[in-house]
Order: sequence, then C-alpha cells, then structure tokens
Amino acid sequence: MARPLCHNVQMTDLASLPRRIAARAVGHALAFVARFITAVRADWRGIEPVAKQRVYYANHVSNGDMPMIWTVLPGHMRRQTRPVAAADYWLKTRARAFIGPEVFNCVLIDRRPEVDDKPLDKILAALDEGASLIIFPEGNRNMTDAPLLPFKSGLYNMGVARPHVDLVPTWIANLNEIMPKGEIIPLPLICTVTFGAPVHVHEGEDKDTFLQRAADALKALSPDANRDATPTEPAPEPAP
Amino acid sequence: MTPMTPETTTDVAILGLAVVGLLILFTLIGEALRLRCPPDQSDPVVEAFNMRVHTWWGLAILLALAVLAGRIGIIALFAFASFAALREFLTFARKRRADHLSLALACFVILPLQYLFVALDWTALFTVFIPVYAFLLLPIISALRGDATNFMGRVAETQWGLMICVFCISHVPALLTYDMPDGSDRSILLIVFFAMVVQLGDLAEYYAGRRFGRRRIAASLSPKTLEGMATGVLAAALIGATLSWVTPFGLVGAAAMAAMASLVGMCGTLVFAAIKRDKGVKDWSHLIPGQGGLLDQLDSVIFAAPIFYHVTQLVWG
Repeated sequence: MARPLCHNVQMTDLASLPRRIAARAVGHALAFVARFITAVRADWRGIEPVAKQRVYYANHVSNGDMPMIWTVLPGHMRRQTRPVAAADYWLKTRARAFIGPEVFNCVLIDRRPEVDDKPLDKILAALDEGASLIIFPEGNRNMTDAPLLPFKSGLYNMGVARPHVDLVPTWIANLNEIMPKGEIIPLPLICTVTFGAPVHVHEGEDKDTFLQRAADALKALSPDANRDATPTEPAPEPAP
Repeated sequence: MTPMTPETTTDVAILGLAVVGLLILFTLIGEALRLRCPPDQSDPVVEAFNMRVHTWWGLAILLALAVLAGRIGIIALFAFASFAALREFLTFARKRRADHLSLALACFVILPLQYLFVALDWTALFTVFIPVYAFLLLPIISALRGDATNFMGRVAETQWGLMICVFCISHVPALLTYDMPDGSDRSILLIVFFAMVVQLGDLAEYYAGRRFGRRRIAASLSPKTLEGMATGVLAAALIGATLSWVTPFGLVGAAAMAAMASLVGMCGTLVFAAIKRDKGVKDWSHLIPGQGGLLDQLDSVIFAAPIFYHVTQLVWG
C-alpha cells in the first residue's frame, strides 16, 4: 500500500527517513504507555483483525480515545489506518504537529467556519487511496451522562459515497474514568476496545434512520448494555 | 547487595530444577491427554490445562529471572504485580470524578512508597503505612472535592483495593527482610516455598474437587467443596514437608505452615468469588492468557501472604 504522505518516492523517502524513524519510535512509545496505564485490549466481537478497508467509528469521551484504538490495531492494520482529527487541535504546538500528522498519520480537518474546507472531500480522498479511517461521529467529546451524543451526518455521507467500505462500530470502555476532561494524571484502569459487526447504508435509507441504527449498533457494545445478563449460576471457577 | 552464599545458590538451583521438572511433567501429561483425543476434535478441558501449563512456564521463568536479579528483582516484580492487580481492582470499584486525585495518589505514590519501605527494610513504617496513613489521608483528599454521593462506599472500596493489592501482596517480598535464625541469606527460598505450596495446594483442590467433591462450602458462590479443600490442604502439607529443608520451620512446622497458607489462600479465593459476583464480572481482566486477570491468579497468594509473614515472624522470629 502506498504511503499517502509521500508522493515522490525516492527523494522524499531518503530525506524524511530520520523523521519517519522518529515517528515510528514515538508511536511505539505511546502505545507502550497506553498499554502500561490501561492494559488496553481489543475485543474482536464483530470483525476479524485483518487488513480490510474500514471506517472505525467510535464513542468520544477523552483525548485518549484515538490512541487507544490505534494501540490495539495490529501493526499491519495500524499502518493503513488514519484517524480523522481536528487541525486546530493537532497543529497547535510543534509536538502535536509532529504527533498528529506524522505519528498517527491523521487526516486533518479544518473546523474554522471562515475556511471553505470540504471535510468530506479529504475523507473520501483518503478512502480512495486505500486507507482505513478512525472517526468520532459525535463531533465533540461527550461530557454528558448519556452514552452517546447525536451523530453528525459525516458517517452517513461516507456510507453513501463509498458503499463498499465497512463501517465498524467501535466502543471504547472506561476512558472517561481513566482520563476525564481537566485531569492531568491518567488513572490506571483496564480499557477495552470492542469492535462490532460492520454496518452499511441500506439502499434508499434516509439519513436519520441510518444514523440511529449506527448509534444503536455502537451502544449495544458498551458494557452497560451487556450488564443486565447477570448469571444465576455461580461462574465456573478458573483453575489456579 | 551481597552475593548469595554457595549453599543458598545450590539450593535455589535445586528448587529451580524441581520446578522445571514438574513443569516438564505437566507438559508431557498435557500432550499425552491431547494425543488421546481423535485428531479431528479437541477436548476443551485438555486445551485449558495445556494453556495453563504454558502460563505456568511463563510465571516460573519470570520468578526465576527475579530471583537471579536478587532482592531488587523480586521487589520490582511484586511491585508490578501490585500495580496490575490494583489496576484490575479499581476498574470495578465504585468511584467518581472527585476520587480522581486520591486514586492517582494510591497508584503512583502510595504503591511505590510501600515497596520502597520494603526495600529499605523499614518494618515499622511498612506495616502501618497503608492501614493508618493512607487510610486517613485518601478520604480527606476525596472529601476536599465536596462530592458526598456514595462517599462511604467509594472510600471503603479504595481502601480495600489498597489493602488487598498493595499491602497484602507486598508481604511476599517482605519475606526477604526476615532474618533467618541461623543468620543465613536463605529467606529468598521462603518466597519460593510459599508460592509453591499455595499454588500446588490450589491445583490439588481444583482437580480433587472436580473428581470427587460432594459437599459445597458456599454453594451460591463457588464450586469449592469440603473434599476438594481437604485434599488441597493435605497436598500442600505434604509438599511443605518435602520442602522443609529450605525453611527454618522443621518438618512438622513446614507442613503446618504450608497447610495454613493453603487454607487461608482457598478462603481468599472464596472471598474474591463473592466480590466478583457482587460486581457481576467473571474475570478481573484478560492479562494472563487462559487464566483471566492477575487477581484471578493471585487471590489465594494475596490472602495467605500477610498471615504467612506474620506467623513466620511470630514463631520463628
């Protein structure tokens, strides 16, 4: 798969080699920290961990969400997966400008109202290059007690424009307790990233129906949705 | 750290070889059971056993590396075990935003300090630091944030997590600070003795309980039976007597200590079964392949460690 950032292969490859090595090293370091704090684990409930083109759409409660998904993806999937993120956040400082575009290989979206930037065009261009994407369809971090905020229309538009791409619901559990907004020190708690069965836009399905269906598929993966099924028999004890 | 005396090194090596021999035996049994299955299917019980044997190899190698690294290696290994255990416990504990700072302090300040006190052999501080200082400090920090919702439950579960995951586990490496009556440096062997009798007692209890267990001791909580536990404690006592040469306890004393550690450990597993049931979880996490979380693996060791430590100090100190 071609690396989307490098077009002129020989020249840029050589010149940017140290930067790319640094980006890989920083990526591994971030993944190590994420694993140390949260022992983050993937639950492949609805899909297999294979390199298929997908859009992972996830709940968003913390800035740590995207690195968690990125950490649990196996290396070959990680390299072809690009998070869709806000340019104003990732270009704010030099460190972020390195981590966002180069370590995570983000597709950056300019959210400023005065800029006539078509986010969907950039997203579709990335999909056409063969990349998988990570998106947060709620648009903003969810600070409410509701499990999800209403989805923005981007997910629907992607599903209509590129119907062959799997839209995979991805639930990130516990991150609102690991790193709530405004706290500096992350708490060490177990984080699980659950991948559900992919959804597609049905023929003739309208936007609201689809977005509701996609949100329900995502909510169904949360531990709270699965907690009612408490066993009545004592659990078989694990052997020592 | 002073290097081990040749006698101690020899004994560590003999124990290590015995563990390797036992693991090879288990591996062969597992493979033999696998061969008895028809080639086109597999027995889940056999596969689970083989998976566990794999994990035991991993744990044994980890402990061996820690023993080779000496005192610091053992303390670092158990400090990490405490961290991983606390991570699992707090995931399911009651907490609110107001507890963020006190929980962060518990994980990143109180836990390292406790192991520092063990490393420095400050026994007076190590035994009261969490039950007194952390016990009083953390509720203050939570209260300062002014959120009273379920306050009692929150601070109680935090303190319980610290006691179980940090205070109790730290008593395993604390055995290193025990002064052997003959003045030798063999206290490191006590850790191996303790780990072996508790783990093998659990193993005997599990398989004996499955084979001929009848009377359940807490039917709604756990499949543990009276027969299984009696077999487990007896097996632990026998193993303890066999290994009495590494301890200062003498033959009868070693058997009694092993039986006691094993019994307390099984009761610990029972208590953890009640907690898991209360929280509606089957396993604490998926850290150890085939065995759930670290707490699922260590629950017996956690309960037995402080008792083993204190009786050792009390009777042979």
